[in-house]
Amino acid sequence: MSENNHHLHHPQQNHFCPAETMSEDEEPSRPSPPPPELGSKKTRNCAAVHPSPHSDRVLEIVLEHVLQFLTASRDRNAASLVSKSWYRTEALTRSDVFIGNCYSVSPARVTTRFPRVRSVVIKGRPRFADFNLMPQNWGGHFGPWVATMGKAYPLLERVYLKRMSLTDRDLCLLADSFTKFKELVLVCCEGFGTSGLTAVVSKCRQLRVLDLSDTEVSYDGVDWISYFPEGETCLESLIFDCVECPINFEALESLVARSPALKKLRLNREVSIGQLYRLMVSAPNLTHLGTGAFGHPEPQDPNNQEMDYAAAFSACKSLVCLSGFREVMPDYLPAIYSVCANLTSLNLSYANIDVEQFKSVICQCFKLQILWVLDSVYDEGLQAVAATCRDLRELRVFPLNAQEDVEGPVSEVGLQAISEGCPKLESILYFCQRMTNAAVIAMSNNCPDLVVFRLCIMGRHQPDHITGAPMDEGFGAIVMNCKKLTRLAISGLLTDRAFAYIGMYGKLVRTLSVAFAGDSDTGLKYVLEGCPKLQKLEIRDSPFGDAALVSGLHHYYNMRFLWMSTCQLSRQGCQEVARALPRLSVELLSYEENEKMDDDTVDVLYMYRSLQGPRDDAPQFVTIL
Amino acid sequence: MEGSLKGAVDMLAGDELSLGLPGGDGAKLDFVRTGGKRGFSETEVNLKLDLNGKESPSVEKVKPADPAKPPPAKAQVVGWPPVRSYRKNVIANNNKNSSDQDQAGEKGGLSGATSSLTFVKVSMDGAPYLRKIELKMYKTYKELSDALGKMFGSFTTGNYEAHQGMIDFMNENKLKDLLNRSDYVSTYEDKDGDWMLVGDVPWEMFIASCKRLRIMKGSEAIGLAPRAMEKCKGRG
Repeated sequence: MSENNHHLHHPQQNHFCPAETMSEDEEPSRPSPPPPELGSKKTRNCAAVHPSPHSDRVLEIVLEHVLQFLTASRDRNAASLVSKSWYRTEALTRSDVFIGNCYSVSPARVTTRFPRVRSVVIKGRPRFADFNLMPQNWGGHFGPWVATMGKAYPLLERVYLKRMSLTDRDLCLLADSFTKFKELVLVCCEGFGTSGLTAVVSKCRQLRVLDLSDTEVSYDGVDWISYFPEGETCLESLIFDCVECPINFEALESLVARSPALKKLRLNREVSIGQLYRLMVSAPNLTHLGTGAFGHPEPQDPNNQEMDYAAAFSACKSLVCLSGFREVMPDYLPAIYSVCANLTSLNLSYANIDVEQFKSVICQCFKLQILWVLDSVYDEGLQAVAATCRDLRELRVFPLNAQEDVEGPVSEVGLQAISEGCPKLESILYFCQRMTNAAVIAMSNNCPDLVVFRLCIMGRHQPDHITGAPMDEGFGAIVMNCKKLTRLAISGLLTDRAFAYIGMYGKLVRTLSVAFAGDSDTGLKYVLEGCPKLQKLEIRDSPFGDAALVSGLHHYYNMRFLWMSTCQLSRQGCQEVARALPRLSVELLSYEENEKMDDDTVDVLYMYRSLQGPRDDAPQFVTIL
Repeated sequence: MEGSLKGAVDMLAGDELSLGLPGGDGAKLDFVRTGGKRGFSETEVNLKLDLNGKESPSVEKVKPADPAKPPPAKAQVVGWPPVRSYRKNVIANNNKNSSDQDQAGEKGGLSGATSSLTFVKVSMDGAPYLRKIELKMYKTYKELSDALGKMFGSFTTGNYEAHQGMIDFMNENKLKDLLNRSDYVSTYEDKDGDWMLVGDVPWEMFIASCKRLRIMKGSEAIGLAPRAMEKCKGRG
């Protein structure tokens, strides 16, 4: 069994958006294909192209069929290392390629090794770029990939991109190159407009999935929804809840009406509640719904009395995942009561509702597994969650006021309650202004299945607010007691002791996020020397310098990347690493756009293993050592 | 156990670990070497940490390990807390009851994951380090002043005269008084490379043109005042 089973596994795909729900080290979860039968379409990949003696040929055919059962990249990578013959066969039969860092390998190299790919996942910028820590136009361009794949993979069906930059031209090329194209998933991407979308929706007649979660689309006047072809579509999933563009509602309504397979629909806030009503009435089979604004009806909506919103929701018997509420008017919340009992996922993280309004919803959601909320629900709201949602697997609590030094509505009380009420918890992201070690320790004991633990105490260097101690013991308990933990984000006042704990006990940790923490190089050394599975390490504003950096030389080739910004690195230290590890691309980014790095201090170090050598599309502020 | 491994074990095997772990306090801290060229034994670890062995709960605030490090200033910092701009903007918009204030980031113009950086370096004459702040975090000169005051307050013994809004350029004398009175004033370098007094121009114009901030002694800023004086005269 592959390691993938350690991660969140939701076969029904109840996630809101692939970007934020899955931990970054995991491939997007897809239902695994049914076992192939001889003579089925799957065997198209089995046609061997190299001649060999008869008995070898038989073995190869057997191998090809066996390898089709391997879907996870990690398993396939392992298989390819067995022997040359296995390497060849595996390469010919791999249909899904996962590229965790777009600069680690060139497009040509991928298409040469894997000639028969149907699905591609490519990730670009590192996560800290989301928080303005990376200057604009750093890179991560889809252009070179679509150009190469367009020629090499005419039968490509699926493209999944995360934190990449695409242009309209790239999308046009995609639409022109892949006649059988079925799924486009763009997460946290940008660089294109509605014209690019138009090319895709009009030319890709077999399009099943168009998912634009958290992707920025600029409005260039083209009404892309109207460009879906006439007649029935294959659409199963249409997600555009974060797209800030006006929508032609008539076109949308017509599209939904002629998409009988549509199961997932997430609307942006341009869609009013009245329009939502009409869409729901024509699509009662939806399983995933993003409600759009959910505010007061707009002038263009028909008379209020005619709309029985509650009935519309009741009619959606299959609804399991609800999100949206982008401009919610709490008066309309009761309309969703009838579906609460069926919900496994609920995202209220854009809805500023008060405690009572929240409680009236959550007390009915006893099947809930995934919940995203704002901290405006207070500790009291979280206690209500703990009382009802015994099956909760994932919780995210976002801040209404993302600032330091303000009063926070949630605290250790909420965290403790959740730990006591939700023992099956696997993933948590919790923003707060105050926390205690005791509550974190309690969670480590009560929730042994935790895979992802991300605690963000928003005030920098904040200690345990009751004891005044650093938060070392709390995080120490998490790594010690949560034996399945693979992703950790730490915050608050932290000394090197916390890092000692992580290095000592965090043996499965793959992703670690550090900010404003630690005392000295020792802290980082503990982690680099103690965590053998570490893949992604992102650090900001922490007192780690060159001595710590070089202590990780033995491990950097095993990592996806290392990010260190505003630490205490010098150019010299980074140079030393670059010299020692020639296959590592060591990028120094400068925050001063006009000045090249003349002084010795390093603003940002971003380094990653790469087979292709230094990239040729680096902007001015990037120096590659 | 050798060298730094011993150091780590000493550090963690301490006295009162109030973790409530299964396995009791005799728990073996077996540190597994990760395999590879370097292990703990080869690393010189300098445990200069001033930690008390006992993690006993106490009401006393624990100071950071290095007493020379000044307490962190609580001004807004780029990208912290780590909430994506899109989310921040949407929620901020939802908070507003009325839309009488014309904000740049409204419907249709919300910045997504890659909004541009507008942060600037802030230096203060005599202070040992620089700070960086993102101007878009503040909405008024007062907010900026307060933040700067907090950031650098510990270095001034005298008055940090905050400019509460636009300087009254109509009154030349008032301006001179201001500069003579204050120990420190804020100045900024604009897009043309000129150094100006903070408070000249409307806020939006200021954040669009400010490249760098410098807090200097009021007496030194007199040299800048002529520009301000010119503007006064111009309007007169």
